[in-house]
Amino acid sequence: MLEALGEIFLTPEYAFMRRAILVGVLVSLCAALLGVSLVLKRYSMIGDGLSHVGFGTLAIATAMNAAPLTISIPVVVLAAFMLLRISENSKIKGDAAIAIISTSSLAVGVAVISLTTGMNTDVCNYMFGSILAMNKSDVSLSIALAVVVLGMFILFYNKIFAVTFDENFARATGVPSGIYNMLLAFLTAITIVLGMRMMGAMLISSLIIFPALSSMRLCKTFRSVTICSAIVSVVCFFIGVLLSYVHVIPTGASVVLINIAAFLLFWAASLLPLRSIGDKIQIWRKSV
Amino acid sequence: MIKREYKGQESEVLLACKDLSFAYDGGTAVSGLNFEVHKGDYLCVVGENGSGKSTLIKGLLNLKSPASGSIIRGGGLGLNEIGYLPQQTAAQKDFPASVYEVVLSGRLGSRGILPFYSLKDRAIAQENMDLLDITRLRHRCYRELSGGQQQRVLLARAMCATKKLLLLDEPVSGLDPLVTAELYRLIERINREAGVTVIMVSHDINSAVKYASHILHLKHVQLFFGAKEDYINSSAGIQFLGGEQYA
Repeated sequence: MLEALGEIFLTPEYAFMRRAILVGVLVSLCAALLGVSLVLKRYSMIGDGLSHVGFGTLAIATAMNAAPLTISIPVVVLAAFMLLRISENSKIKGDAAIAIISTSSLAVGVAVISLTTGMNTDVCNYMFGSILAMNKSDVSLSIALAVVVLGMFILFYNKIFAVTFDENFARATGVPSGIYNMLLAFLTAITIVLGMRMMGAMLISSLIIFPALSSMRLCKTFRSVTICSAIVSVVCFFIGVLLSYVHVIPTGASVVLINIAAFLLFWAASLLPLRSIGDKIQIWRKSV
Repeated sequence: MIKREYKGQESEVLLACKDLSFAYDGGTAVSGLNFEVHKGDYLCVVGENGSGKSTLIKGLLNLKSPASGSIIRGGGLGLNEIGYLPQQTAAQKDFPASVYEVVLSGRLGSRGILPFYSLKDRAIAQENMDLLDITRLRHRCYRELSGGQQQRVLLARAMCATKKLLLLDEPVSGLDPLVTAELYRLIERINREAGVTVIMVSHDINSAVKYASHILHLKHVQLFFGAKEDYINSSAGIQFLGGEQYA
């Protein structure tokens, strides 16, 4: 592992790897922050639905020889607003509608790919991720967008908390919760498109769900859950990328595996009596 | 028995509803509402399930627009100056948040577009935590508190949003009798000492009659509105109170 680390960070020819890792770290950070809200709001399925829509747009963009991000972003953002509407509207069965949209996009994507380039390694990369998928202009656009997502999250952190914890109360005190739900959906859509090719369309939603779930095993305040899941996400991504490099596994798959390991670790730790001792220390520390 | 020095004394009208009605999917939820809430009142909205109580609450909070009639606000009551204590949702039961985070979020409505809380906001949150005696729970996780403690936290949050009017939606449902009595006394104290007007929706007619100054009885229409003393002797009151006692 250490050798691989040296190779990636010291060899000049590996600049593309370093850029890709930078994008990956930023995307994991965004996904983890948004994930806390999405999981608590029971919106996890939206992330999953969006990644499938993303796969469809990626296939179409490749067929048209267009830059993937420019086609994917508007379509996925649109899909995000639609999914949000569906899950807020109790008349339509939300989960069924999301499943239909997911599978339809997948079907369109696969059909377009087989008609144009044929099923090849590209398809495998789309689905399960590759660190080599991004070119230089993609990387700079991704970095810029990730910074915007992070900035928006920090700026609207308090509002996102209020809307996540109690939407009725937030609305009653004049917080336009609809707008913040849309903001959340918008930022999620962008994060998914950015991370999709590196993590794979089938696996990107785990980047949103796992870190939040892991840190909720141990942390008890919204702030600590948010910070903890950001750290977990970045660390897991980093280890996952190295693993993927050393053992030639698709990046998405190895990152998800590391996330599963982290989740199990946190879960086991939450069962230990250590937890209540930790609580007491925390209470004592804050009371001093 | 609590005697209120309301009668005969002109006080400011905070809310006035005129011929108000609400509809859902073409049907009428509740209609013919004509009542006023004065500053310092403690109004209890009673009625059976599905009598239009929750619809009225949504209307007062501006979350649902009336089908007809109007709600007039007075006494300098702003749009976002109603402290609301909603019924708890399932998602909140396993929500990781500290008591302080929840209470502080009550200040958000007054922040407008500004992203972060000011020192004043934090001071107000602390003040209300002291008032409701939950300061020692400050760093505890909300989901690990008892039902009564959770209601105190949500009450403190509601108090952060207002100095004028509290709207409580079934605040004692699911609480044991001891905690219920404690919460009622707390609300009474807030009403009398802090001078906050209270509108409470409740199933518990006996406590409503005990603590409130005014009663609004709904059954798709307004069966009764007026002072508590008059309600006890009204036909609607005798029937509802009697029904509760001998059922």
